[in-house]
Amino acid sequence: MIEIKIKLNGKMITEQIDPDLLLIDFVRNHNCYSVKRGCETSNCGLCTVLMDDTPVLSCSMLAARADGHEVKTLEGLQEEASSFVGFIADQGADQCGFCNPGFVMNTIALLRENPDPTDDEIRAFLAGNLCRCSGYEGQLRGIRAYLDSRKQ
Amino acid sequence: MVTIQKYVKVLSLDEAYELNQNKNNCIIGGMLWLKMGNKNISTAIDLCNLGLDTIEESDDEFSIGAMVTLRQLENHAGLNSFTNDAIRSSVKDIVGVQFRNMATVGGSIWSRFGFSDVLTMFMAMDSYVQLYKGGLIPLKDFAKMDYDKDILVRLIVKKTPGKYIYKASRAQRTDFPVIACALSMINGKYQLAVGARPNKAVLTIDADNILAGGINEESAKAFARFAADNTPAFSNSRASGEYRTHLIEVLTYRCLMEMGGLE
Repeated sequence: MIEIKIKLNGKMITEQIDPDLLLIDFVRNHNCYSVKRGCETSNCGLCTVLMDDTPVLSCSMLAARADGHEVKTLEGLQEEASSFVGFIADQGADQCGFCNPGFVMNTIALLRENPDPTDDEIRAFLAGNLCRCSGYEGQLRGIRAYLDSRKQ
Repeated sequence: MVTIQKYVKVLSLDEAYELNQNKNNCIIGGMLWLKMGNKNISTAIDLCNLGLDTIEESDDEFSIGAMVTLRQLENHAGLNSFTNDAIRSSVKDIVGVQFRNMATVGGSIWSRFGFSDVLTMFMAMDSYVQLYKGGLIPLKDFAKMDYDKDILVRLIVKKTPGKYIYKASRAQRTDFPVIACALSMINGKYQLAVGARPNKAVLTIDADNILAGGINEESAKAFARFAADNTPAFSNSRASGEYRTHLIEVLTYRCLMEMGGLE
């Protein structure tokens, strides 16, 4: 066992963990159930969290490597997410909802890095988030509608 | 599934090297490929505290730490200015942003993956790996070496004046490349690195001086044919060797036409 300290959604957690514990299991053990286990091949983006404000795949990162860092999940970013998720829902793009937290987390990262992205920039940034049912056009329309609303 | 008995953030390369001599220990990079396999690791050696996560630019070279992520390559103004965005082109379709925030240059280069866009791109440049014990070795030679227990510390890319173009073919965005081509013209000499053959990247040089008179439609077609004929390509579940050979010719031609400003 090793001791790690992670600031999770603003709360400092000190814990003894197994060296091979993945970050996804660490955050889910702390009730962050928005973080989903999807492909487990680092491809689908469902498990996206922000580590030091950078989007990473928690299914592929050791919790031990996150020691000393700040990790945020959707549970800690609901206010920021609430500004645009309604626009995505309006497009019916949250169909089953399973991939949504990953999409939302990566969209937060996108909009922080590039507040006024083009459609191609949105597609490129979100290319690592796979949706199994609703497709991608609805999500793109939702984000575009949100961006357009900010300009009005 | 990967199991890890002990995890160490080493404080020096010497410590990392000593630990790495045990065959059951393993240096972890982004851990993205490692976790896909079955491995029981006694000690996972993490280099993340050694300051190897920076790209240092001087007048004559880029020094890229082993723990630099592919996303850092993608966003580095100096590298992309020097290569006219070829570096960005080579990594932009590797899975997604989150993946590229984790995958490391050291992991990609050390592993010498056949599908590696990164190895393909840098092989076409004047690049060297700095090994902890093995010293400075040209990347094209390193790619042929057997795996050992040394440590890749940095990737050195000389600012030798040149032009660079990168093109790859994928069944779809974020997938592995079916074929990857990086064309360079350094000191007037053209060379083409082809990766995802599906074997690891190899270099083809303009041995017949097909492009000695410069790039025009005729010489571009001739060199593209030469590259396809002289780059071994094989079959796997993604594509046949014959198809890959065809793609090499097509992409090489397109690279040349773009480099020559004829597109």
